[in-house]
Amino acid sequence: MLLRHTPQEITERKALMINPAKTCQPIGAMYAALGIKGCLPHSHGSQGCCAYHRSTLTRHYKEPISAATSSFTEGASVFGGQANLLQAIDNIFTVYEPEVIAVHTTCLSETIGDDLPQIFDKAIKEKKVPEGKTLIGAPTPSYVGSHVTGFSNMVKAMANLAAPGGKKNGKINIIPGWVEPSDMEEIKKIAAMVGVDINMFPDTSGVLNGPLTGEYKMFPEAGTPVADIKDSGNALGTLALGEWCSADAARLLDTKCKVPCSVLDMPFGLKATDRFVDALRTVAGTSVPDEIMVERGKLVDMISDMHQYFYGKKVALVGDPDQLIAMTEFLVSIDMMPIHIVTGTPGKRLEERIMEITAGMGRPVNVRAKGDMFLLHQWIKNEPVDLLIGNTYCKYIARDEDVPYVRWGFPILDRQGHQHFPTVGYKGGLRLLEQILGVLLDRKDRDDPESKFELVL
Amino acid sequence: MRKVAIYGKGGIGKSTTTQNTVAGLAEMGRKVMVVGCDPKADSTRLLLGGLAQKSVLDTLREEGEDVELDNIRKQGYGGTWAVESGGPEPGVGCAGRGIITSINMLESLGAYEESEGLDYAFYDVLGDVVCGGFAMPIRDGKAEEIYIVCSGEMMAMYAANNICKGIMKYAQSGGVRLGGLICNSRNVDNEKEMIIELAKKIGTQMIYFVPRHNDVQRAEINRKTVIEWNPACTQADEYRGLAKAIDGNKNFVIPKPLAIEELEQLLLDYGLLEA
Repeated sequence: MLLRHTPQEITERKALMINPAKTCQPIGAMYAALGIKGCLPHSHGSQGCCAYHRSTLTRHYKEPISAATSSFTEGASVFGGQANLLQAIDNIFTVYEPEVIAVHTTCLSETIGDDLPQIFDKAIKEKKVPEGKTLIGAPTPSYVGSHVTGFSNMVKAMANLAAPGGKKNGKINIIPGWVEPSDMEEIKKIAAMVGVDINMFPDTSGVLNGPLTGEYKMFPEAGTPVADIKDSGNALGTLALGEWCSADAARLLDTKCKVPCSVLDMPFGLKATDRFVDALRTVAGTSVPDEIMVERGKLVDMISDMHQYFYGKKVALVGDPDQLIAMTEFLVSIDMMPIHIVTGTPGKRLEERIMEITAGMGRPVNVRAKGDMFLLHQWIKNEPVDLLIGNTYCKYIARDEDVPYVRWGFPILDRQGHQHFPTVGYKGGLRLLEQILGVLLDRKDRDDPESKFELVL
Repeated sequence: MRKVAIYGKGGIGKSTTTQNTVAGLAEMGRKVMVVGCDPKADSTRLLLGGLAQKSVLDTLREEGEDVELDNIRKQGYGGTWAVESGGPEPGVGCAGRGIITSINMLESLGAYEESEGLDYAFYDVLGDVVCGGFAMPIRDGKAEEIYIVCSGEMMAMYAANNICKGIMKYAQSGGVRLGGLICNSRNVDNEKEMIIELAKKIGTQMIYFVPRHNDVQRAEINRKTVIEWNPACTQADEYRGLAKAIDGNKNFVIPKPLAIEELEQLLLDYGLLEA
């Protein structure tokens, strides 16, 4: 009982957060930056920040994450980090030769007030940026928002590379949001099946789920090329997946380059995938191809075949807002009952959306943005659940409360597969159901009395 | 919309000058927002008739992150909008970061949107540019023109020169320019000539010479701008003159700050002249 000190009685807490359901902004910014081809993320702050952010990504993706740092010392925090960053830009382009350096700030550099655009300008004037190379930067203080905010800020910085006034390229931008490399691959696959010519950024597929070849490449042959990101200003439209992760970038393209956007939910589960496919079909001006209808049919088939095991099961969820919205909708659509829902990311709109989605369940639901796992645990103690879905940090609650548990979200530090098997789209829906059924039926087999122990389920 | 930042040595009369000038602009029919960037939160007192403003950071502290525009700005004299950034108590926290936070918040809440119909946004900034946070108003895309309030006293001129160093750093990459020095007279010998010469050496102009007058203090005691307190007095006309000079100003430069010896020499040359 590692969490045995968690009391059942819930008391109002203002200042204290216990087992937060979020992490630092730069982790999101770093992950987003890795979705640009030939990009070296750079952490403008002290070395410890960079080391922690890299190692968190490495633990989740099981790939080496290269990132540079401004290595702030006492001097930098007094005089500002400009000199360090200028030196870093010079060194990085000389030694590692990336196409892009994606700089994100840290708590310290934000507090001392370093202004990235001004420093970039100086670097360019001092000829520290070779011809054809690119610098982008995003403000990412961790005392604001969460890792999701950092991701969104970096994607917005990418969108800011687009310039208005070019010739229309006939493509549709897709901003996938913070999903797994495998999910990004699946999104591209779905778009290709519908026949839409897309330009997706960021794209970490092939970067963070590549093969072991025996040869180390600092910059894998994957990710969205800078030229494509710049070209996003010439697209016919943008589909942004996830309000929290992708909407800011899409809206910037809209105001800056007049590329109209629509913001959709992330395509997890049946209905959200339906809306994504429908949006693709509409822009392509075609009908949904049979291939996709077959995939969809398989998902509907499993939902109806296994409905008896889903029906009425109570679920607790931890995750990031965009994922939680889609997942809650999916669970409700298969007659499960998501009753305790927590994210560490701020945003009142999450609570409103969840309330709308769960309104038809006809029972109260606990939902909290800017909450923590301690609270979720207390809720579970007060009303136990049949299933817990969340990142690896949930394993302590699952063990203490003996709840069937599916790992989903970020970070997953102790299981494999998430890099390779998508959970978006209809195929991804099948995988989610497979995992949910797996833990529910394992539990049933464990707990059923001998007289009820069944061969066929 | 013109975005203007007022800098100058502490106690030189930035807030007083800003608010009186803004009153002049409001009288001319301009729509103005004043953003106080001083932890003391006293930059909008005269426009609002007292310290009636809850600062952005206080609102943030008490009500959390779901702040609305109406929570943090108030309407004052002549339809001007008044905002106070506020900041931590003296001796704790980070006031510079406070300014970054509140300007970001104003932007995200849409206070600068075209639909607000603003002609001017004024940033009234504390003292010297002591750290990165206090330079926030002159970062790229924020204030585009700067006026430095000074007088003929050595330390005020020294501070003005220092502020020019800060402006120069940001002017090289962004669009920020110096619009001129405002001399808020302390009745120093040869003050006007000296500031005109200082301005010339820095590469700018003395945009206005505001004479010293007790009516400014009288209006302050009444928590009013001079124009509101007594529209007919001579000092009200001075502020109208300053407002008009700013409204019609076309002289925007990247300043060339002086070496300290030059500055001292200037003081010797003018300070020792017989008045």
